[in-house]
Amino acid sequence: MSDRAKNTMQGYADPKLCRELADKIAQSLTGRLRFMEVCGTHTVSIYRFGLRTMLPLTVEHVSGPGCPVCVTHAREVAASIALAAVPKVIVGTFGDMIRVPDSTGQSLQQAKAQGADVRICYSPIDILQTARSNPGHEVVFLGVGFETTAPAVAAVVKQAKAEGLTNLSLLSCHKRIPPALQFLLQNQDVAVDAFLLPGHVCTVIGLQPFAFLRSEYTIPAAVAGFEPADILMGLFVLARMQVENRVEIVNAYPRAVKDKGNPTALAVLGEVFVPGDADWRGLGKIQDSGFFLAPEYKDFDAWERFDLEDIEDKEPPGCQCGQVLKGQLHPRQCPLFGRKCTPSRPVGPCMVSTEGSCAAVFRYGM
Amino acid sequence: MHTHILLDHGSGGLASQRLIKDIFVRHLDNPVLSLLNDAACLDISGPVAMSTDTFTVTPLFFPGGDIGSLAVHGTVNDVAMCGAVPKYLSCGFIIEEGLELKILERVVASMAQAAEGAEVQVVTGDTKVVPKGAVDQIFINTTGLGEILVHDPPQGNKARPGDLVLVSGSMGDHGLTILAHREGLAFQTPIQSDSAALHGLVHKLMQEAGAIHVLRDPTRGGLATTIKEIAEQSAVCIELDEAQIPVNPGVEEGCAFLGLDPLFLANEGKMICILPREYAPKALQIMRSHDMGHSAAIVGRVIAGHPGRVVLNTGIGGQRLVHMLEGEQLPRIC
Repeated sequence: MSDRAKNTMQGYADPKLCRELADKIAQSLTGRLRFMEVCGTHTVSIYRFGLRTMLPLTVEHVSGPGCPVCVTHAREVAASIALAAVPKVIVGTFGDMIRVPDSTGQSLQQAKAQGADVRICYSPIDILQTARSNPGHEVVFLGVGFETTAPAVAAVVKQAKAEGLTNLSLLSCHKRIPPALQFLLQNQDVAVDAFLLPGHVCTVIGLQPFAFLRSEYTIPAAVAGFEPADILMGLFVLARMQVENRVEIVNAYPRAVKDKGNPTALAVLGEVFVPGDADWRGLGKIQDSGFFLAPEYKDFDAWERFDLEDIEDKEPPGCQCGQVLKGQLHPRQCPLFGRKCTPSRPVGPCMVSTEGSCAAVFRYGM
Repeated sequence: MHTHILLDHGSGGLASQRLIKDIFVRHLDNPVLSLLNDAACLDISGPVAMSTDTFTVTPLFFPGGDIGSLAVHGTVNDVAMCGAVPKYLSCGFIIEEGLELKILERVVASMAQAAEGAEVQVVTGDTKVVPKGAVDQIFINTTGLGEILVHDPPQGNKARPGDLVLVSGSMGDHGLTILAHREGLAFQTPIQSDSAALHGLVHKLMQEAGAIHVLRDPTRGGLATTIKEIAEQSAVCIELDEAQIPVNPGVEEGCAFLGLDPLFLANEGKMICILPREYAPKALQIMRSHDMGHSAAIVGRVIAGHPGRVVLNTGIGGQRLVHMLEGEQLPRIC
C-alpha cells in the first residue's frame, strides 16, 4: 500500500470499511431504493469516489436541488450583473457564481472582463475588509447558499451594522432547504423512496425541520456526512429502515450534527434574516423558502438600495436545469449536455457549479 | 544608479544598456551572451527540440521558487520531455514601470542559478518596459533549444496497451502552494512548490530504462488533464489507481479543505513516464534513486479499451472517469 493509502485512505475513506458497508447495503436490500440527496457536496462525493459502481443497481441515485449555485434564479443572476455595471460598485461573490450566465449569456465573469469590479471571496468575512478599505465605493456581497452559509453572512451583516459600515450591503439570494423539499413532495414532482439529508445544513438547523417528511409524507430520511463511509452509512440506515418497514428521520452523522442544530448559528440567522418567498431555478416561487433581511437590517438590503427588485429574467432557452434539479431528468438526458453545455461554456447553472449534478456527471460519470 | 525601473530602461538607449550590463549580463554571463550580438550564434547539429513558454505567476516569489527559476525550469522541462538535452534558452522580459530594481535583480539571479543547475545557457534576451499597470510587475518569456540524442524520441501518441504509467513524485504541490500563498492560507503541514529541472532524470531514464513511449510534465491541468491528453493522442484507454498516486500530506489536507482535487493541480518538477511493462521496474528504480524522483510510483496502466478514456479506480474501490480540467481552476500559476 502506498503512503497515500496508508495516510489518508483510512478512517472514513477506508476501502475495507467502504466495501463492507456497500456489501451490507446489497445484502439487506430486497427491492428498489431510490434516494434523493439535496446537497452539492453529496453529489460530488458520490461521483468523485465512484460510489455508484460499488452499489447494486437497485440503489438509484437522484440528485435534488442541493447545489446553491444551481438553484439561484436567473433573475438573481441578472440582478448581480446589473449591480456590477453600476459605477463605483464592488461586487463580492463566492467563486462559482461568476460563471453563471443569465438568459442572454452574460455573466459576472464577462462583466469583470469588461471592467466591472467583481471580487471572489473565500469567506464572507473578507467583504468587511473590502468595505472598510474602500470608503468611496459601494460594496455588495452576493449572498448565495443554504442554511449552511447563511449564518456566516448574517454574522457579517451584524458586524457591519455594529461598525456602522454604511457602504456595505447584501444581495440576499439565500435559500432554505426544508420548504423546497415540502414543495417537491406537495406537487408530487418527485418519486423517491427516501432522502439522504444534507449534513452541513443539519449541523445548523438540526433534525426537527425535516420531521414533516415522516409525519406528512411517510418518507424515511437519514442525515449523512460527506466522506464515502458517511454516505454509505446513511444509505445503509435507509436500506435497513426500508427492509424493516420503518419510517424515521435518523441522524447518521452524529459526530457533527446535533438533533437541535447549532444554537449560535440559529440565533444569528433569526436575528438578521426573516423567511420570505423566493424564486428557485427550475422550481419557481416557493413560499417562505428564502432568507431576506429582517426590518432592523433593511438598510443593508442591496435589492432595495439599488432598486433591483423589479428585475426579471428567465432561464436560458433549452436549459433543462429545472427538471434536473427535480430529479426528473438525468443530466445525460438533456439534449444540451456535453454538446452546447459544458463546464467551460455552461448554459445552465447545474453545469457551472463544481457541485452541480451536470458538472459532476460530466467530470466523473462512468 | 536608479532604484526603480523607468520607461527609459526599455528605450534601447544608454539606460537600457546599463540595465543589460549591470543586471542581465552580470548574472547570466556566458561566452555567447556576453558578445551582445543581435542574435546568438549556436553550434548545433542533428535534430533539435524547441519550446516556448511565458511566465506570469503571481506572487513573484513563493515557497519553493520564484518567477525566475520557474521560467527556466518550465521551459527546460518541456524540452526535456521530448527526450532532448536542453542546451540554450532565450529570455524576454516585460517589466512594469516602477518595479524595484532589487526585485528584478533577485529574479535574474534566481534565473541564473536555475540555469546553472539545469545546465543551460541563456544566450539571448530582450527587455521591454511598459507603463505602470500595463503588466503586473514582471512577465518573462523563455524559449529553449535542446538536442535530441535518441533515434526514436518519446511522444504523446506512443502509449500502447500493456504499458505502465509512472509518475516521478507527489502531485499538486506547485498549484496548491501558489493558491495558498496568494490567499494567505496556512495548512498544518507546510507545502512548497516542486519547481525543478528534470533534465538529469530524463537523461538517465533515456540512457538506462529502455524504450520510453511517452514523457510529459503534468503542469497546468495536472495529472488528470495530461493523462487524458495522452489517452486521446494515443487512442488508448488509461487506468489509474488513486491509492497509488503520491500526494504530500499538506496538499491532501489543503485540497480536502478547499474542495480541490490534487489530480487537477499543476506540477512544475514532476513527470509522467509511460513505457512497456517489462521496463517499468527499472525505470521506477532509476527514478527513486534520483533526487528528482524519491517518491516515484507506478500509478496506472494502458489498456485496450475505449480510445481516449481515462478510468480512475478510486481509493475506496469504486470507479469513475477522468476528464480534462475545464475552465481555469486558478489563474496565473506559472
